[in-house]
Amino acid sequence: MIDLSLLTDGGVGWLDASGPASHLVLSTRIRLARNLAGHVFQGRNSETEREEILGSVEEAARESVLLRRATRFRLDRLDRIDRQLLHERHLVSKELAGLDPDGRVRSGASVLVQERIGVMLNEEDHLRIQGLHSGFALDETYAEVDRLDAELGQRLAFAFHPEFGYLTSCPTNVGTGLRASVLIHLPGLVLTKEINKVLHGLAQVGLTHRGLYGEGSEVVGQFFQLSNQTTLGSSERELLDHLGKMVRQVMDYEEQARQVLLRDAATVIEDKVWRAYGLLRYARSLSFEEAMNLLSPVRLGVGVGLIPDVAMYTLNKLLIYTQPAHLAVAEGIGPDDADLPFRRARFVRKVLESEVGRRG
Amino acid sequence: MSCDQCREREAVIQLTQIVNDQVTTLHLCEKCAAEKGVDSPGAHAKTPLGTLIGAAMGKSTEQAPAPRSSEVCVRCGGSFQDFRESGRLGCPDCYRSFETPLRDLLRRLHGSTHHLGERYAEREPAAVVVDNEQAADLREQLRLAVETENFELAAELRDRLRVLE
Repeated sequence: MIDLSLLTDGGVGWLDASGPASHLVLSTRIRLARNLAGHVFQGRNSETEREEILGSVEEAARESVLLRRATRFRLDRLDRIDRQLLHERHLVSKELAGLDPDGRVRSGASVLVQERIGVMLNEEDHLRIQGLHSGFALDETYAEVDRLDAELGQRLAFAFHPEFGYLTSCPTNVGTGLRASVLIHLPGLVLTKEINKVLHGLAQVGLTHRGLYGEGSEVVGQFFQLSNQTTLGSSERELLDHLGKMVRQVMDYEEQARQVLLRDAATVIEDKVWRAYGLLRYARSLSFEEAMNLLSPVRLGVGVGLIPDVAMYTLNKLLIYTQPAHLAVAEGIGPDDADLPFRRARFVRKVLESEVGRRG
Repeated sequence: MSCDQCREREAVIQLTQIVNDQVTTLHLCEKCAAEKGVDSPGAHAKTPLGTLIGAAMGKSTEQAPAPRSSEVCVRCGGSFQDFRESGRLGCPDCYRSFETPLRDLLRRLHGSTHHLGERYAEREPAAVVVDNEQAADLREQLRLAVETENFELAAELRDRLRVLE
């Protein structure tokens, strides 16, 4: 079993709801795709080459400031439950964790993590430099990721083309290699049925949306990851400014939708929010999906001040710790144990009870 | 910037068209763009890459001959056919080996082939620019750490300062 306590905040510092606009935005993630010059891309390389890549990046990381004290996890040497745990913490992609239905863990698949930044190794690209912040924090996140990129770039030789920029295994990432994603909660737009219009508008301006776990994941609990679609033809600054401007607009729409709901359908919304809260507070069995779908209206209720005594941080924690691997590890049972839904309901009850007291 | 068509709403889409070798660029609002039949980049994104590659290749056959499937990258031995099937290139040199069809594909995917972001070769000097404010802040923290005899923290702060400077 891996020891996640080795990580500062267990690698979930981004959950603490301390960042800007935390009532709407859970986290901001930025990744830069980089490959080493003189090496073939991941799809064509051998186990030996992946070990070489791992070796040189780890050496560069040890000499760096930002990753000097990084914790390393070799996913190819971890049990499935531990890989799932890292994925549920948003530290590694599903692909790297080998969690796809037909997925196997690739030899050399690893991640280095130091506080809010890290690097995935032997993913689709040799390096995926990544940063994860609480709330809506594009500038802060990019500043760190950019600094780490510079540090590693001085010690390693990245594949770079004068016209195409940073070269990546898939041409959809070439150029800046930058993908910035903002994980935002939009229940107001979903309830007012405005969401499709907004998502369509975002697509028109070159942005894309995904689910809670990024690429290939479903939208659950009305959480949307909004990110830039293209990586070439604009500078990093332009990509971030554009995304930032659009996310601010979406945040405004969401606030407006919430005002409309409270004005025109106050009783319906109050009922929805408290009904969800009641279920979380007293249910005896919860699937993860049901928990997510109930946490969403409760989050809305906390956001608009209907539920006074619950902190966003608590809701964020529930989001992570009710996931199958997290709950199974905490409860000391298997992730497929039939008892899991009962344990989940008990866990949620306990957390909410300790927050609001027995009679809350 | 206002829309080139209606001159009223704000332009949100840049439409570049090539007609008879003439490049025209229009800045359009959402409504006028829809009237011109411009679909969203998101719609492209949902198309599997393979279809796009196929489309790019189809287009490129009119202008430049696509590499025959037997042509391979000198560095990794991967063919363009391999790329069409997997959506992944074999190595950095593939970008040179299949430059012509890739340029078409990049134009369709990103609307451009030119990297305008940070340039790798020029990075080093940029990376060592001293962030004065942060350095001052670190120096102050270092002074306090030494004063309170927190030498472990002091050593770390000194390291961070060294990198900044």
